[in-house]
Amino acid sequence: MAHPVRWRAEVFGCTAEGAYHRLVLQVPEAASRARPGHFASLAGDHAVVREAVPIARADASAGTLELLVADGPRSGPLDLIAPLGTPFPVPDAPVRALLVGHGQHAAPLPALGEQLTARGGQLGYLLGAPTAAALHAVDEARALTQDVLVVTEDGSAGLTGLVSEPVAQAARAIDASVVYAAGPPDVLALTAAAVADLGIRCWALLATDLPCGTGFCAACVVPVVGADGVSRFARVCTEGPVFDATRVRWADIGAVPADLEGA
Amino acid sequence: MDPQDVDLTAPFGPLTLPNPLTTAAGCAGPVRELAKFVPLDALGSVTTRTIMPRARAGHPTPRAAATPAGLLTALGLPGPGIDAFVERELPWLAERGARVVVSIAGERIEEFAALAARLGGLPGVVGLELNIGGPSHADLGLVFAANPAISYDLVRAVRRAAPADLPVYAKLAPDVLSITDIAAACVRAGADGLSMINTVPGLDIDPDTLRPSLAAGPGGLSGPAVRPVALRCVHLVHAAMLAGRLPTVPILGMGGVTDGRDALAFAAAGASGIAVGSALLHDPTAPLRILDELRTELASRGLAAFTDAVGLAHRRD
Repeated sequence: MAHPVRWRAEVFGCTAEGAYHRLVLQVPEAASRARPGHFASLAGDHAVVREAVPIARADASAGTLELLVADGPRSGPLDLIAPLGTPFPVPDAPVRALLVGHGQHAAPLPALGEQLTARGGQLGYLLGAPTAAALHAVDEARALTQDVLVVTEDGSAGLTGLVSEPVAQAARAIDASVVYAAGPPDVLALTAAAVADLGIRCWALLATDLPCGTGFCAACVVPVVGADGVSRFARVCTEGPVFDATRVRWADIGAVPADLEGA
Repeated sequence: MDPQDVDLTAPFGPLTLPNPLTTAAGCAGPVRELAKFVPLDALGSVTTRTIMPRARAGHPTPRAAATPAGLLTALGLPGPGIDAFVERELPWLAERGARVVVSIAGERIEEFAALAARLGGLPGVVGLELNIGGPSHADLGLVFAANPAISYDLVRAVRRAAPADLPVYAKLAPDVLSITDIAAACVRAGADGLSMINTVPGLDIDPDTLRPSLAAGPGGLSGPAVRPVALRCVHLVHAAMLAGRLPTVPILGMGGVTDGRDALAFAAAGASGIAVGSALLHDPTAPLRILDELRTELASRGLAAFTDAVGLAHRRD
């Protein structure tokens, strides 16, 4: 985890993007450390828990962080902690990568795609959401690659279905060597299953409630197989939110499997 | 008075801590992440999550539900077990100068005693906090802390197993017939101090599913909602000590402490130490901020030392 900072952050910009709002915050220390996949955590003054929010973009030279929040506009100053969690691994060598994003959680993918492209990589892009309004960053995806497929659950934009459904076909079509996916656990479980059959890497950014975001509360755990082959609970906010999808025991999320250490 | 001139030194039974602030057990995870926000040696002490004899996965998720003024949690005491704690976590904390109070629990009295014997003399460990709020195997699953006789036997066994110079504190549950009776039993058995309070039992129902919000069903309530409950317990037991109904030992007060005024309120009720719990989840820098605010609160009242505030609510003048 990059060393996070806590900050009373002024909101310099707040623009509506579909169902979401993009907040621009001036946080130089956090902006220089944030990598795609890191998240930020916001708190109201009298709340008992915090709210995990995806970082859409970090601009070290401008000292700004851009966050994508799900509900209405926000004004500052905001109680912010960032960057938090473990980001997407970005290899130095060029890769053919399929990016898969669901709704708000697609926010970190454009910045990730830019980094992969800058290293000579090639991209395919799948974006999904329940409705057209809940899609995010379609234009940013199209600016990165021609291979963009949009899927909505109600058919209001693009293909009808879940974003995980065309994953295998899309990965084959671009001859992907790695999949980067971001979304809620059920969508990622299906994505991981589709990728598993292809025998390629899948990095999965798990979007769940993170009451503290800092690793203190241990409420956000999912069962994960360790490098030693032993399954343990891992905190999404700290060991994640990005996991090697083959390590996550998708079917056991929300349970305590009998072979988990300490079960 | 200049807040910087306030003496925050906190005598706590056999210990003299640089200040009265600590973390409440289980509210700073494995504590490693807390060090990113707070220098561990800046706190009077650091209390770990509850360490048990073996690794424990804990309850399934959801494990936490936010309620209007508190947090309901049912984690199921997840932890690495004593071996991994001693090998991997404690040395890291000790290297950073943390004064570590290890929260321990077992299902049997002998397990508590074995943990105490194991932790005695290890670098960094300044005290043990007995989490007696869990179910007792011998008492058909009733919590240890609900029964004065069992609490007595437990504390006595730990006191005998631990080195004499290692303070042992008993953490009391609020939902008991008479917390003063439990406190008296623990102190007479040799407890060097009392931590009050553990979480308050509660239940939340999800309005959509009409099922309990937590996977475990009921949970423990913490946060500002429980502060009056905690203050009453601290006040009651401190009053009993003043009245000579049990020997005087220091009390570590906790329950919804979110700022310096809350910390001062616990001191006035009779607490010689203050633990910050669920406030950490909202503000990971809370202990340092609260320490600063406490300093200001004391100075603004002309109190030159933290110890001058302890028990003020009981004064008759």
